Amino acid sequence: MSSRGGQGAVPVLASIVVALMLSIVPLPGSVTQFRPDWVALALIYWTMMLPQRYSVGIAWLVGLVLDVAQGTLLGQHALALVAVTFLTSRFHLLMRVFPMSQLTATVFALLAVYQFLLFWINGVAGIDAPAATYWGPVIAGTIVWPLVAGLLSGLRFRLLARS
Amino acid sequence: MVTTRSTGNSPPRLPALGLKSLALVLISIVIMFADSRASHLDAVRQAIGAAVFPLKVIVDAPSRLFDWAEESTVNRDTLERENRRLRNERMLIDAELQRLTALEAQNARLRQLLDARQQLTREVRVAEIMAVDANPFRHTLTIDVGTTDGAYDGQAVIDAQGVIGQLIDPGLKTSLAVLISDPGHAIPVEVNRNGLRTIAFGTGEIDTLDLPFLPNNADIEIGDLLVTSGLGGKFPPGYPVARVNSVTRIPQEPFADVEATPAAMLNQVREIMLVEADDPEPASEPQPEAEPGEASADE
Repeated sequence: MSSRGGQGAVPVLASIVVALMLSIVPLPGSVTQFRPDWVALALIYWTMMLPQRYSVGIAWLVGLVLDVAQGTLLGQHALALVAVTFLTSRFHLLMRVFPMSQLTATVFALLAVYQFLLFWINGVAGIDAPAATYWGPVIAGTIVWPLVAGLLSGLRFRLLARS
Repeated sequence: MVTTRSTGNSPPRLPALGLKSLALVLISIVIMFADSRASHLDAVRQAIGAAVFPLKVIVDAPSRLFDWAEESTVNRDTLERENRRLRNERMLIDAELQRLTALEAQNARLRQLLDARQQLTREVRVAEIMAVDANPFRHTLTIDVGTTDGAYDGQAVIDAQGVIGQLIDPGLKTSLAVLISDPGHAIPVEVNRNGLRTIAFGTGEIDTLDLPFLPNNADIEIGDLLVTSGLGGKFPPGYPVARVNSVTRIPQEPFADVEATPAAMLNQVREIMLVEADDPEPASEPQPEAEPGEASADE
């Protein structure tokens, strides 16, 4: 089991690195407001499928990296991602048996929690942006979720088939 | 499949998971406080920043490649035309410069007569903006120089037209700069025409600065050029910041409603310059740009 764990880590980490890159790729003008939270989506997927290996610890570390990459308050994304992965990990058995529609609704709720935490911390730190701008990533993230889940499960099954 | 099925026995781990999450949340909160109040965590930021650097380079690569491709496929005709235009421009600028040198010498003499402090010529470093997006809630830029190139926290960033902003998060190889249009940014300015001092706040709109502290009877008009006053100690004096584009005086209100348009092309530039302040203090006071404290310090 442990040897398989070592093998499986590379694609998972690669997907998270790609998610990190997607979250700093420049987008034209107002599209930026609808940038999905790629990192959160990837972590939700991996936590849901492999909660024993990928959970709050890695989410926290990735969150710190995201904070530095985006130049936000150090710990802001880390906290939000820990909260989201904790919830995912708590309900992963339930989420796995959900049909896609219901799962997508759950992901919508998780992304809303994520953005709310960011919004809250921004508010405390005195960075005010119109509250409506926080909905863009939530909606966009929900729309791309089936795509992300499809891609990542393709990756996961290829891994399983190989081992 | 065995492993995926065996994750079914994770519920016993839940209390541990809860505790771990709680601990991480608390650590995050502590880190956030430390990060927002002072620069204790700059080393951590720089360490993680070094790890993020390759990502930024990869993300920036396509646009760099595109620039390069564009440059290397221009035909000879266009190059010649551009060359000619640049040569003409240079001649004009040289002519201007001759006049300026004389004026500068005269200025220095007059200042000496007045016993005023000599103005220093400043170190200027050219940098390039990386095509990397950052925090969507603030107006920031990622630039391709860092502390290893001599950049420091609070260093002023300008372009050919005027002030762009200042560095807030210098990493080893890349730095983050905040624009003057960021809602948390304030810059001490003076009206070029009469020396009236005030503070220009960012609004979150890329093309608007707000000047909230001008009384109704202040001598300010549409079209007035605002230049840096140099009073905050961050920005060297005399660089153009913005041009006033609307002045609304409401008799009942104590302050006039004045708005200005930044002189620099905040969202169009690629090449920028970093200007050194009079006495660069690498370890200056923590991030005054985010606090309204700077405003009171300059008043």
